[in-house]
Formats: sequence, C-alpha cells, structure tokens
Amino acid sequence: MNRTPLYPLQKQLGARFMDFGGWELPLQFKGILAEHKAVREKSGLFDISHMGQVWAEGPGAESFLNGLLTNDIAALPPQKGLYSVMCRENGGVIDDLYVYRLTTDRFLLIVNASRKTADLDWIRRHRPGGVNISEQPEAAAVALQGPDSPDLLNLLCAPALALGRNGVGAFTIEGSGCVIGRTGYTGEDGFEIFASAENLRRIFQKIWELGEPRGLNLCGLGARDTLRLEMGYRLYGQDLDEDHSPLEAGLGWTVRLEKKEFIGRDALREEKERGPKRRFIAFRPTEPGVPRHGGKLSAGNQIAGEVTSGTFSPSLQAGIGMGYVESRFAAAPLAVEIHHRDVPVSIVKLPFYHK
Amino acid sequence: MKPEELRFVETHEWIAPDGTVGISDHAQHEITDVVFVELPKPGRVVKSGEAVAAVESVKAAFDIYAPVSGTIAAVNESVTKTPGLVNQSPYEAGWLFKVKADREEERNGLMTHETYQTFLKSETH
Repeated sequence: MNRTPLYPLQKQLGARFMDFGGWELPLQFKGILAEHKAVREKSGLFDISHMGQVWAEGPGAESFLNGLLTNDIAALPPQKGLYSVMCRENGGVIDDLYVYRLTTDRFLLIVNASRKTADLDWIRRHRPGGVNISEQPEAAAVALQGPDSPDLLNLLCAPALALGRNGVGAFTIEGSGCVIGRTGYTGEDGFEIFASAENLRRIFQKIWELGEPRGLNLCGLGARDTLRLEMGYRLYGQDLDEDHSPLEAGLGWTVRLEKKEFIGRDALREEKERGPKRRFIAFRPTEPGVPRHGGKLSAGNQIAGEVTSGTFSPSLQAGIGMGYVESRFAAAPLAVEIHHRDVPVSIVKLPFYHK
Repeated sequence: MKPEELRFVETHEWIAPDGTVGISDHAQHEITDVVFVELPKPGRVVKSGEAVAAVESVKAAFDIYAPVSGTIAAVNESVTKTPGLVNQSPYEAGWLFKVKADREEERNGLMTHETYQTFLKSETH
C-alpha cells in the first residue's frame, strides 16, 4: 500500500486510515461531521499528496495541452488555474484534472491518483517535440480549506493572499519553496499547497501549529467526500469514467467545441448535435434516507439509471445523490433505491449547498 | 450499563439483562458518525438474527439484528431525534430498543464482554 510523506505525522495526530485505490489515507480524525463543519465554518487541512503532479513545459506546451484537453488552455493566462477533462477520441473521459499555468511555457497538471498511470501514458503518447513531460518526484500536497484559511495562511505566507480565485504562483513558507493555488474541492475559499515531501512536512506542521488554536481541523477523505458532494463536484471512478462523456456528465461547460482541434472534438460535437444518451442528475429523496453509490434509479417499473455518488449532507441534514439516467427518463418522476425501498426523489440544480 | 454486564453477538449488538439492545463501542467506532436510526414498532415479534432496525452512518447503512427471539417492548425515540447518541454513548443513552425474550436462557448463551473482545481480535487479524 502507498503512503504519503504525511502518513507518520497524521498517524501521530490520531488519523484513522483507509484504503483509497491503493493509498493508505486518513478516513477521519475527530469524525466526519465535525471535520465537515470545521471546513464550512472555520478551516480544515487535507493531505492530497496522493494526487499526481505532472509538469508540461516548453514552448509547445500550450498548444499541446490545448489539443489534449477539452477546455480552452490558450485562453488561460499565466498564474491562473482551470478545470478540464481529458477525453479519448470517442469522447470517453480519461480523467478530470486541474491545470495551473505558472508561466507562459510552464504548466502543472493535478491528476487523480487512480488515473496517474493511464494519464501519463496518454500524455506521453501524444507529446510532440518541444514539450517536456515530467512527473513531480516525491510529490506532496495539502489543501487548506474554509473561511478562516486566508487569515491562517496570512500568518505564514502573506504574499499568497494576493491570489484571486483560481490564482496560482510560487511562494516560500518558512524558507520552504512551494506552489500555491487558490483552489479546492470543497466549495469554500482555500488554498492547495504543492511542495517536495520534505518541505511539505514542515509546512504541514507549521500550519497545524498555528491553526489548531484557531479551530483548524485535520480532515480525512470522509469529509472530503461530503464536502465535494454538497457542491456537486464529480469524482472520477464514480461519476466519471471512460464509458461516459463530459456532455453526459453535465460538464459541457468544460468542452470548448469552438476552439481549435482537440482529441474527442468530433465525437463530442456529434453527440451534442444528436443529444447525449444519458443525463447526469442531482437529486434529493423526498423521505429521510441516504442514497448510495450503485443504488438503482427507476421510473415507474423501469430501470432508469444508477446512483454514482450519494451521501448524507451534513449541511442540509439530509440525503443527497447524483447519477446517470437514460435521457428518455430525464423528465420522468424518478425514485431511488434506499435500503431495499424505492423512494421518490426531487431533481435539484447543483450545487446542493449554497452559502 | 457496564459492558461487563452485557452479552454480545457477532454482528456487534449487545443485550442487557433487562433486554435492552444497542450496538457495541467497537461497532459505533467502525461505522463512523451515525446520521439516521430506524427502529422497529413496539409489539413486533422478532426472531434472533432477524434484521429489525437500521443504523445509517455518513459512510453506509447497517442492519441491526435481534440478539434473541421475543417481542419488541420499547424503543429509544431519542436516538431517532439525536442519532449521534449511538456514537457518544453506545452503552447508555444510545440504546436502540428493548426486547422481551421468549426464553430468558437464550441470552446466557451469547458472548460475554470478554469473549467478544477475543472475537474482535480474531476478526481484525
């Protein structure tokens, strides 16, 4: 099992670990509900070192990435980040990722841990001359999220406060170099900090030392999942995979069909014209209960689709879910299978949670 | 209630001498924060091993099985209002229901707290 450079520290601080696609990562510290609340009201610190960090550098990097990703990389200015998906020719999603443009010719891609090998394989296969692709060795990262995170980071790295939403830059914390993006997976203001293993251990300890007295919580994957689901953020492997297109997944806003040639464009254009076969929906059961991954979605006595992500929303104190249904059922009254029962659902517009 | 006075089953429920049933401290820890509890109706006749209640945590839903055969005599309404009681106080305020056993001896055949601890060790290794 893989362990991150922060494993020993987190173990010492009371983490309960779980297997996350071959990574031994904290499930929780104090408890999922407490950690969730801390992020919505104060701040939380997550180990995201398992995520892949891939550098694309060189004079051809912009046009290479623009041909590889669905979103418009040419329109991304230096020191900004952008969410995108990467598709196969047939429009199937290889991965969803975050692209940070540090300088004109230097990009950092943050990819899902479970997809790192497949991503690198795909990226390298298409790489032209003039672009260097490298995986960050001993990659490590944390996400500091929540309304108190700017004030907390201000104590350690005041210059990073100049970053706007999705801004990115190179900074120094306590003498340790790092890359900081004002991004996250929780829907709160916050920062993601990328550094070498050694630097990140120091940064993590410093943040914890200054943050704990102010109400900072260490957070695990349990809270990461409830927080991202309240915002409707997709999770690769559940909500996204190679059998679904970004249009079906409701991520049409990341697909810039009008830009220059990119992998998957023809298939996606055609799919857009004829309409996607499946629709991604977000819903709430009309009775108490929690939808779960794999639960059936039905329309009358017909199977309409399946729940891809479901959980209890601590902010709404109710079950929430997302999933795919065949397009012909998109307007039909639907029910979700909860604990061997079909419970009618109401369709909602994302996000589930509004500040 | 002292855990030493309780009897346990392999599905992690406990039962007190007066028929009160709940889930073990180990179980509440494993399932993470409880967010919903569904309890049986008083008067329902249940068989040992039958799923009679459900406890749902942030992570997943779990069936709760009757440790002995009998009749549901009472349920703890406060855990349906405050599900977190199951985590905070698994042996006291977080009890789930009370069952009037058909045969008092059935309880005596279940695991003692000590045997249950040994069982947990064998289960996790």
